[in-house]
Amino acid sequence: MTKIPESQVTDEALFLNRREVLRLGAVAALGAALAGCPAADEADAAAESGAARPPELSGVRPATAAYRVDATPTDYQDATRYNNFYEFGTDKTDPAENAHSLRPSPWSVLIDGEVAKPGRVPLEDILAAASLEERIYRFRCVEAWSMVVPWVGIPLSAVLARYVPTSKARYVAFETLVDPEQMPGQRRNVIDWPYREGLRLDEAMHPLAFLAVGMYGRALPNQNGAPIRLVVPWKYGFKSIKSIVRIHLSEKQPRTSWNDLQPSEYGFYANVNPEVDHPRWSQARERPLGGFRKQPTLAFNGYGKEVAGLYAGLDLNRNF
Amino acid sequence: MPRRGLESRVQAIAVFLAALPGAVLALRFALEGIGADPIKDLTRTTGDWAIRFVFVSLAITPLRRFSGWRWLAPLRRSFGLAGFAYAVAHMLTWLVLDLGVDPAAVAEDLTERPYVMAGMTTFLILTALALTSTRRAMKRLGRRWLTLHRAVYVAAPLAVVHHFWLIKADYRPALVHAAILAVIVAARSLWRLRLPPVPDERILPHRPDPTRP
Repeated sequence: MTKIPESQVTDEALFLNRREVLRLGAVAALGAALAGCPAADEADAAAESGAARPPELSGVRPATAAYRVDATPTDYQDATRYNNFYEFGTDKTDPAENAHSLRPSPWSVLIDGEVAKPGRVPLEDILAAASLEERIYRFRCVEAWSMVVPWVGIPLSAVLARYVPTSKARYVAFETLVDPEQMPGQRRNVIDWPYREGLRLDEAMHPLAFLAVGMYGRALPNQNGAPIRLVVPWKYGFKSIKSIVRIHLSEKQPRTSWNDLQPSEYGFYANVNPEVDHPRWSQARERPLGGFRKQPTLAFNGYGKEVAGLYAGLDLNRNF
Repeated sequence: MPRRGLESRVQAIAVFLAALPGAVLALRFALEGIGADPIKDLTRTTGDWAIRFVFVSLAITPLRRFSGWRWLAPLRRSFGLAGFAYAVAHMLTWLVLDLGVDPAAVAEDLTERPYVMAGMTTFLILTALALTSTRRAMKRLGRRWLTLHRAVYVAAPLAVVHHFWLIKADYRPALVHAAILAVIVAARSLWRLRLPPVPDERILPHRPDPTRP
């Protein structure tokens, strides 16, 4: 008899969800994963020991060559237990420990401002904009560590198009949930909550800009920004805002949290740029998570061919 | 109990305490793996313990004066050296693991990054103090030894500044360090205001003081 490796044995929590997953498809699976389904308590208990993982998402289109970096994805444990998510604490291990209090379902996103069809939209409706696909992207934190993550989600452009930006819309602003009950880190004013991020509309409409609802083939763990987060792979990680509750289109450049906090160090653009150091540390090299090896950082995090055109004529030393 | 017996026992405990954080880190790496960001982990752990042991060393004298426990005295040097040992590990992590001993990167860090300059200055001061921590150096330097070793009151705040300059948003850890240092310095000053300094038989000039008739 062939021995099945431990890694292929289905979690009980996952097994209990399996029927639902198969019946309702990917979107419903996400709902089940996030809702207080019977297995949730078990999942929570197991999460304490770091063993539980959110349920697998089905019907996900594999990453095409254009959206797949040629590198081994970061270890799942490292990508999900080493997070910057100040809503749950400022230490890297705080989010994985504290994010169980977040309730990612039901979830809705307010889409307003310069759009023809504004409204408070349930997550399921947003996900109806496109079918789930995988994107294997590099991720570079402004703190000089990096990952390779297989995200699951839909292009941001598909969602924006669905709510029809007006001719005045030039920027897209995003906000994270504010609820100190669910996000204990918000009891301290480390940041002027809510966490805010933004993109120029042309950046947001770029095919690489992505709204993720999962990673590693599974729903997003709370600490990674459940149930829906932004992923902008050519920008520093802080641009990729988590647990989004509002998407606001505007004529003017929106305020963004890190720029508010320290404008001399964190610009609105925050494109990954090894030539422009952070005022306090070098951005020339990075530490891929999971080892002692360091590697050179690439311009636009390796996506220069795709996105450099967005910044033609812009002084990147000034507009860092 | 003979004094030397007590002293060596106290020293053994000090060495054990000094080695503990390093041992815990090594054990954690061995049992749980190196984790997500081992270079950062090593840098932070060694840096934190360098600061903490220097603080413990500084706290010994006020503690000894308030308590009257003379057996505490040699611990000032032991914990000072422990702090220095972690500072060496901290500096080597930066030099070898972070910068790969690349002279250009080292030069850039030392000339362009204030937090590195503060850290390196602290390290150089601690090195000078460690090198002159022997009884022989004490004898040779006489009164100048005391003056030299007061430099620890430059090194300690500089280490805290070094810590501050690295933080992105949450200043609490560095503020805690600053507060502890303030308490230690206040305790020392308080004693000095209340009473003239107690002559310390370990530091008394072993040669005549040329500045006095």
